[in-house]
Amino acid sequence: MAPKFVLLWTDIVIWLLIALLVGYGWLVTRNPVQTATWKRVFRDPAALASSMVIGLCLLVTLADSLHYRRALPAAPDQAVAYEPVTRSVLDAVLSGLVESREATYSRPLAYVGFTKESIEVDGVVQRTAPRLAHGGAHLKQPEQQWLGDVLSRAAFGIVGGLLVAAALAAALVAAFARHQKITWREAAGRIRRRETDTPWRTAITTAFVAALLIGPTVALMGHYHVLGTDRTGNDVLYQAVKSLRTAFVIGTLSTLATLPLAVGLGIMAGYLRGWVDEAIQYLYTVLSSIPNVLLIAACVLMAQVFIDKHPELFTTGAERADFKLFLLCAILGLTGWAGLCRLLRGEALKLRELEYVQAATAFGVSRWRIMARHIFPNVVHLVLITTVLEFSGLVLYEAILTYVGVGVDPSQNSFGGMINLARSEMSRDPVVWWSFAAAFGFMVTLVLAANLFADGVRDAFDPRARSLRARPIAAKKGAPA
Amino acid sequence: MTSFLLRRLAYGALVLLGVNLATFFLFFTVNTPDDMARLNIGGKRVTQELIDKWKTERGYDKPLYFNDAKQGSEQFTETIFYERSVSLFTFNFGRADGESAGDIGHEVGTRMWVSLQLALPLFVLQVIASTAFALLLVMFRHTRWDFWGVVLCVLMLSISSLFYIIVGQFFFSRVLKLAPISGYAPGLDVIKFLILPIGLSLIARLGAEARLYRAMFLEEMSKDYVRTARAKGLAETVVLFRHVLRNALIPIITSAGSYLPYVFMGSLVFESFFGLPGLGAYVIEAITKQDFAIVRTMVFVGSLLYIATYILIDVAYTWADPRVRLA
Repeated sequence: MAPKFVLLWTDIVIWLLIALLVGYGWLVTRNPVQTATWKRVFRDPAALASSMVIGLCLLVTLADSLHYRRALPAAPDQAVAYEPVTRSVLDAVLSGLVESREATYSRPLAYVGFTKESIEVDGVVQRTAPRLAHGGAHLKQPEQQWLGDVLSRAAFGIVGGLLVAAALAAALVAAFARHQKITWREAAGRIRRRETDTPWRTAITTAFVAALLIGPTVALMGHYHVLGTDRTGNDVLYQAVKSLRTAFVIGTLSTLATLPLAVGLGIMAGYLRGWVDEAIQYLYTVLSSIPNVLLIAACVLMAQVFIDKHPELFTTGAERADFKLFLLCAILGLTGWAGLCRLLRGEALKLRELEYVQAATAFGVSRWRIMARHIFPNVVHLVLITTVLEFSGLVLYEAILTYVGVGVDPSQNSFGGMINLARSEMSRDPVVWWSFAAAFGFMVTLVLAANLFADGVRDAFDPRARSLRARPIAAKKGAPA
Repeated sequence: MTSFLLRRLAYGALVLLGVNLATFFLFFTVNTPDDMARLNIGGKRVTQELIDKWKTERGYDKPLYFNDAKQGSEQFTETIFYERSVSLFTFNFGRADGESAGDIGHEVGTRMWVSLQLALPLFVLQVIASTAFALLLVMFRHTRWDFWGVVLCVLMLSISSLFYIIVGQFFFSRVLKLAPISGYAPGLDVIKFLILPIGLSLIARLGAEARLYRAMFLEEMSKDYVRTARAKGLAETVVLFRHVLRNALIPIITSAGSYLPYVFMGSLVFESFFGLPGLGAYVIEAITKQDFAIVRTMVFVGSLLYIATYILIDVAYTWADPRVRLA
């Protein structure tokens, strides 16, 4: 029976975003200046490495944005019924993790539970930690076998990961050799000596580091809980991977939602001046005078009342949680456009006095056409820089909003939710640290990558920012100009 | 100068009016008081009588803008709009929505001092620490120290403040037992409760602030007067501390000042984590209890602080940069 595909609100926007990105990429390849600028972004080793990390996270997000509901086995004369649970492709890939649920906490890679229970062994009641239902369940004598089993599986995973990374590196060398019309040996040598425009050596190193981390995780995933389990026995690794999508959705959709208002009103205020300018300035002054958290809290509370009033709109819990996430992004967008708007207004004020705009006016081009064809293309780089810079801030903001109680629905995995629970776990004795550590590791990796990539984009698109780079003079010898 | 100040004050009042209208619209037009009552009472068995009782107790049973049943000026004063929106300007905040909750004005009055005890030292120390760190980086620019310093900044600003709090509480309070985990005591005892939140807050924001200030300093360093100062033979430290530091003061005032209202709101998260009974903790409590009256009031109070701060920044500008006085 064919499953029923479900298109959640955020799914729609994510795929729309991908379409937009592809369209933008196509435009960039057709414009030599833009192509050169983007090449400059990837010449920065940090930006290149972080773009690979972000790409990996994006892949996970996309796999988690294809939702479906499985058909239930139904009687032949009945209409097809579907499961009440909405799954994603990622859930299907990680189904082993979803199904291997334990009773409660367990340490990373453990084969026994974290808490002791009274168990009857040979008629005597003992206080021991019970064996886990799934983690390490294949071990006959866990005390002797455990270490060897974990090490051999990890080694197997490392070898597998290294092979994949080596294959990727070989493909890269081959492609580079073909492109430059040189031999393989020479291509490999140039990459090793960092004599390439794009720092391919960094890319290969990143791939190997990623392989060293992902390989063993995948190899151990099927038989152990690599990052332990939480209070209800769910796999922490699965939660952390699922949280990536939430972070991505918040980071991208919220900035996307600010764009129409910020760009439209900013250019209008700067170009039209007069009473339009005054009105728009008043609007964003009012908006930015309200402390952001409070404004968002107020809006989210009101959205909650709305969702509460219309329970009939949502058929599954996932759909309701997703709509809440969608609303949160919309609210973040509607409350956060003031900064970019102010920036674009200033830029438009400057641009409108330039000769080419005056020429357009003299030719009798209409005002709206000037704004769309002459002003807008010349502020796109500012929009781009701001969008990329805001991504990491929003990912961090999600955690705080969820802590405050106006963030993501508790039923949806998110870094904020994980940290929220970790707060009480860290005050237990002995400490339950793995949930917190997992959230920390994933979140720092994502945010750091986003920050480094944003710096690369800013340096490439804004020549003024480049002069502020911290780079020791001595290290300049290897770097291409 | 006076006319400038008056103009800023008038515009501030206008903005506050806008904030007030927007909040009222958001809270009473998007959803009716009935919906709010239903959510607030909760549970399955919500009857119309219960809702009516809830509304009467809190004064939400009156019409929104215009009361037909009354005479004279009471037609306007006996409305939700007057009681819940206009009266905010006289600092009459009314009662909270919660069952046993008291007068909001009283709570704000007492909690404000707690927030201030956290906010003022934090703000001053923050500016000093970030400026000092940024100056250090600038002194070592073009060297390995600057490079790794900036790397450290980027790493620090990529970590959520929640991590700093949780790890800090765990390490300093549980393992080392240097400070109490949370709590509050009036008088001088408060220092031992404040030291950890202030310290952690400093570290949490140091990365972002220091990187920003470093950029401001470098921007200032590329100006002509710096070259002149160097050309006349001044030592690099004199150039940095005498000339650059003073001129970089203006962007630093703006940047630090724009953070001031958040400091006043008592860094929401820090207060609630460390059990300090300030305004931030009040807001979080209100959100958890879905107390709309408190949230509404705090939006007003927060905006008031924000606008007041911006006027103060403008005044500070005129002190730091005499050219502004002429404009």
